[in-house]
Amino acid sequence: MTVSEITLPTTQPTRSQGYWSNVWHKLLRDRVSVACMIVLALIILSAIFAPLLTSYDPAVGSVVQRLKPPFTEGYILGTDELGRDMLTRLLYGGRMSLIMGILPVLLALVIGGTLGTVAGFVGGWTNTIIMRATDVVFAFPSILLAVAIAGALGSGLLNALIALTVVLIPPMVRVTESATTQVRSLDFVEAARASGAGGLTIIRVHILGNILAPVVVYATSLLSVAIIMSAGLSFIGLGAKPPTPEWGLMLNTLRSAIYSQPLIAALPGVFIFAVSLSFNLLSDGLRSAMDMS
Amino acid sequence: MLGYILKRLLYAVPVTLAVSIICFSLVQLAPGDPLTVVLPADASQEIVDQTRARYGLDKPLPTQYLLWLGNVLQGDLGTSIASGRSVASEIGHAIGYTLSVAVLACLLALVVGLALGLVAGYAMGSPVDKLASATAISGVSVPHYWLGIVLVVFFSVKLGWFPAMGAGRSGQSLGDALSFMILPVLTMAAMPAGIITRSVRALVAEKLGQEFVTALRAKGMTSPQIFAHVVKNAAPTALAVIGVQMGYLMAGSILVETVFAWPGTGLLLNNAILTRDIPLLQGTILVLALIFVALNLIVDILQPLFDPRIQRA
Repeated sequence: MTVSEITLPTTQPTRSQGYWSNVWHKLLRDRVSVACMIVLALIILSAIFAPLLTSYDPAVGSVVQRLKPPFTEGYILGTDELGRDMLTRLLYGGRMSLIMGILPVLLALVIGGTLGTVAGFVGGWTNTIIMRATDVVFAFPSILLAVAIAGALGSGLLNALIALTVVLIPPMVRVTESATTQVRSLDFVEAARASGAGGLTIIRVHILGNILAPVVVYATSLLSVAIIMSAGLSFIGLGAKPPTPEWGLMLNTLRSAIYSQPLIAALPGVFIFAVSLSFNLLSDGLRSAMDMS
Repeated sequence: MLGYILKRLLYAVPVTLAVSIICFSLVQLAPGDPLTVVLPADASQEIVDQTRARYGLDKPLPTQYLLWLGNVLQGDLGTSIASGRSVASEIGHAIGYTLSVAVLACLLALVVGLALGLVAGYAMGSPVDKLASATAISGVSVPHYWLGIVLVVFFSVKLGWFPAMGAGRSGQSLGDALSFMILPVLTMAAMPAGIITRSVRALVAEKLGQEFVTALRAKGMTSPQIFAHVVKNAAPTALAVIGVQMGYLMAGSILVETVFAWPGTGLLLNNAILTRDIPLLQGTILVLALIFVALNLIVDILQPLFDPRIQRA
């Protein structure tokens, strides 16, 4: 084994740990970022522990209790068009909406990140093929392509997940490829190669170690878009199906209540907005904490 | 310059072909035999084979694609299953509605975005900047279909100022027609306005820190004159952003048009999805994607006119 393989793992983690704790401390000093983290934590935790927070069934309503205004006895946030407790539906709805917003980004990070790293590291024809294929997807506005794929496949959560992932992969490929290309030509990569490190070792230790931070930060900026798009797909009938509680779908089915209970009709959107805004602000905060502009 | 334009045009050809291939494949993505919507369930095998041959579905996929592309190039996008009318005429009726709202929303976003971005960039760190930046990031983060619902609640349900739905009837006065457009335009302008504000703000801050501004100040130039220089430097970026956003707006209008029942291409797509009208879905997606490609091309070609440095890159 070579010297680089023995020494690098011992130096690398300590350096990167110092870096991340530095970023974390900077982030904690930013009041906006802290507020966003608290909002997101509250929404995520309340979605996970929804059964503990409410005794209602999100799918069962009472016809006599339809469209009660907020602060009605027994229904803090009122009831929906089928007499189901709004608070319960919003809490349970967070499960589906958050999963459908976060999972496509994670999948795109893994798939797009891998493709981008390979394209950037191998170069040549591999790069050309991957990047031109990416260009083609970029020729479509993202929401249009998502609607096209989900629309052709038919409604359903899995189809919406596929559509969203496909749409989010190309930007991840581009960012990872350009970061990898930059790092690949740096001196320490040459040094590692000269000292006999294999391609996979170089990717794992030198490339990933250096591109992971900017790529992950970029992925966080996609979370906001993904939340809006996934709820949007459900809003137009692609994605979640009734009676599944999901914020976008709730906005759609509550449109009939826009005249009688406008506050309730608009309520699910507040949650989509809060999550999307928090992710965006947090991504901005992370960027400035890492001195990236 | 001519060489640059030719190069861009040439580059757009494979992209356009690839877009057409993806749109063609949408039919292949759709589950089930496409014939089941045309034929009754108890049709004999003979009739099924005949129909298959008539639609060219018995041929290999590349041949099917070329036949389809040939029809598309002649303006034939197929027939809508739900309405029985040609897809091209359906889109022809709808596209004007989408275009008018998108153009107005772009103009509004450009004005608001430039103004907010310039003010925020100039007064970086001030309360005005904080307010403008907060507005911008809210515009970028807001689910626009929800913003539409909120606007309807305030301006239609509570105040009764503007109609909540539709585009009115034919032969109405311009004022009436505009009153139907105001809420969709406001809704659609929010996101591009936020994006333009953010890019212009960053750009102005960057330009102000550059040496040429210091040089201008040293030469004794007044603030308004320097301002003009900075605007001149920021304009190409703002135009490029708005050009691309225009394409996004036309395509992304599906959600907003659903909220307002605005009879454009978005509502067409929505109907196509509800009725599983794949030819209509395919045709509308193709037209909107081609408009997006064309707008990107126009931005690419126009940008060097405003900013000669780009051509060299």
